[in-house]
Amino acid sequence: MAIQSPSIDLGSGVAINAVAATASRGYWQSVRRRLRRDPVTLVCAGILLLIVLGAIFAPFLNLADPYKTSMIRRLYPLGSPNFPLGTDELGRDMFSRLIYGGRLSLFMGVTPVVCALLIGGTLGITAGFLGGWVNMLIMRVMDVFYAFPSVLLAISLSGAMGAGASNTLLALTLVFIPPVCRVSESVTTQVRGFDFVDAAKASGAGSFTIVRVHVLGNVLGPILVYATSLISVAIILAAGLSFLGLGVKPPEPEWGLMLNTLRQAIYVNPVLAALPGVMIFITSIFFNLMSDGLRAAMDVKA
Amino acid sequence: MLLYALRRLIYLIPVAFGVSLLVFALVHLAPGDAISAIVPPDAPQELIDKLKEYYGFDKPLPVQYFRWLGVTLTGDFGTSIGTGRPVADEVGSAFGNTIILAISATFCAFTLAIILGTAAAYAKTRIVDRLVTSIALVGVSVPHFWLAIVLVIIFSVELGMLPPMGLGPENATGWRLDWPHVQHMILPTIALSVIPLGVMTRTVRSTVKEVLSSEFVTALQAKGMRDGAILRHVMKNAAPTCLAVMGLQAGNLIGGSILIETVFSWPGTGFLLNSAIFRRDLPILQGTTLVLAGFFMLLNLTVDVIQTMVDPRIKRG
Repeated sequence: MAIQSPSIDLGSGVAINAVAATASRGYWQSVRRRLRRDPVTLVCAGILLLIVLGAIFAPFLNLADPYKTSMIRRLYPLGSPNFPLGTDELGRDMFSRLIYGGRLSLFMGVTPVVCALLIGGTLGITAGFLGGWVNMLIMRVMDVFYAFPSVLLAISLSGAMGAGASNTLLALTLVFIPPVCRVSESVTTQVRGFDFVDAAKASGAGSFTIVRVHVLGNVLGPILVYATSLISVAIILAAGLSFLGLGVKPPEPEWGLMLNTLRQAIYVNPVLAALPGVMIFITSIFFNLMSDGLRAAMDVKA
Repeated sequence: MLLYALRRLIYLIPVAFGVSLLVFALVHLAPGDAISAIVPPDAPQELIDKLKEYYGFDKPLPVQYFRWLGVTLTGDFGTSIGTGRPVADEVGSAFGNTIILAISATFCAFTLAIILGTAAAYAKTRIVDRLVTSIALVGVSVPHFWLAIVLVIIFSVELGMLPPMGLGPENATGWRLDWPHVQHMILPTIALSVIPLGVMTRTVRSTVKEVLSSEFVTALQAKGMRDGAILRHVMKNAAPTCLAVMGLQAGNLIGGSILIETVFSWPGTGFLLNSAIFRRDLPILQGTTLVLAGFFMLLNLTVDVIQTMVDPRIKRG
């Protein structure tokens, strides 16, 4: 669950992107072409889409009620009639809860990364573009957050604020802002040094135009790729917080929380107890594979 | 060299100041005040006021902060609200247990990662490279607390080979190097080492591959140097990058061990932190976070300095 050190070396990537600034359609077209020729990434995206769609449209899938408990049919094994994946410690349908669980688990994993992308990206691009004392100030504040191992920061923050989904989201967003900010800053600083930025300045473009047209067009790709690589970390971390009892509260279906409440069942029905983790694992591995594929297609050097 | 280390240490001061502010703020992020967590709801106002004064909660925030900072700098982290023991004692004994686990996991992960990563970079056939990259992918994607449960299910519940929890045999007081204790460490070590194993294998593989494609390797080969000797040169050039990532991973492992310690009831800082959160024992929460963050900072500093020692070409501003 470690956030990898965000040292992105643009190298050849920017050279290609730099051309893209003048003919941006060409760049994105070639990205799309490369993606289409990458079966692994496409399959991963397909499976992820299935999990996401299942989570979104769960109420319309005619599934069993994921909240309906029953004292008689607790911990049914896999393959029981009417309960393909068995029942949990309170007799609730596991299959239904695993599908419904995707709603919260994915939401808790993706939202902090999106928020961090917006906030951290803005901060990082500002720091990188303006440089000077603004850069100093922003990056030194980020250094403070970097002094904590990411899991410790997430747990301490949500531990202090108390359990609950919104506190978890807040804590995770805070954890992911610094790495996104660092990557954005280093990429922006590199782009700012290119000749075309000077050329734009010389031809009278205002700062805002330069950022919008020349900087954003070139830094957004690498930042986005980096952010997609954070999603799997975020999903695991969010599930981990719920597993500790710091995130989503029962009886909500959420993979991390289900893993926690089913722990007492490992002596009775071990396979069942491990199921929610399989969902976390599958989702995270496919997000990672997709992120790797995107990185290759967009030609960003890690 | 010494000058560089010193400069880095001075640079750490503002960061440490920021860290202390953040750790101090943890208490004030908490809903309600810490006092209400320890006194019964029907406690007389007098008692509440007395306790508030005792813990210093009645002063304005900046005063509280500097008072807290001053006391903390002398090594006094306050007293645990839950047990009444000094926080420093509680964190101290737990920290040792965490470090033991961390060292064994770091050792396993890094040794294996160096072997696998180098093998993949050298691999002539695609299958070895594919295999190693898959292992690395699983390592970075697996939720390690789930893996911990799966390990318990397989090796404790089903096979009955290894103990599922605890630091050592019953009524063990501390950690010792003997089989009953080591037995308890095996599963937590495996669970804790998967993430660093995945990340490091990826790093070692890509770094060694990059070094292998550089011109000096071709030159050495042309000169007729034997492969073993070339490997030494390659390793030396790949070391700085790998070291940097290793330092970060070793530190993150300490954070990651919070979940693992909870699964295995390993009496380390993570276990302490987790139970402190549920007892709303804020001094323990603060103390543990501060000690771990401090350790992480020093670790990063050490890695930075070692890195410049290994590779004198690195000059940092």
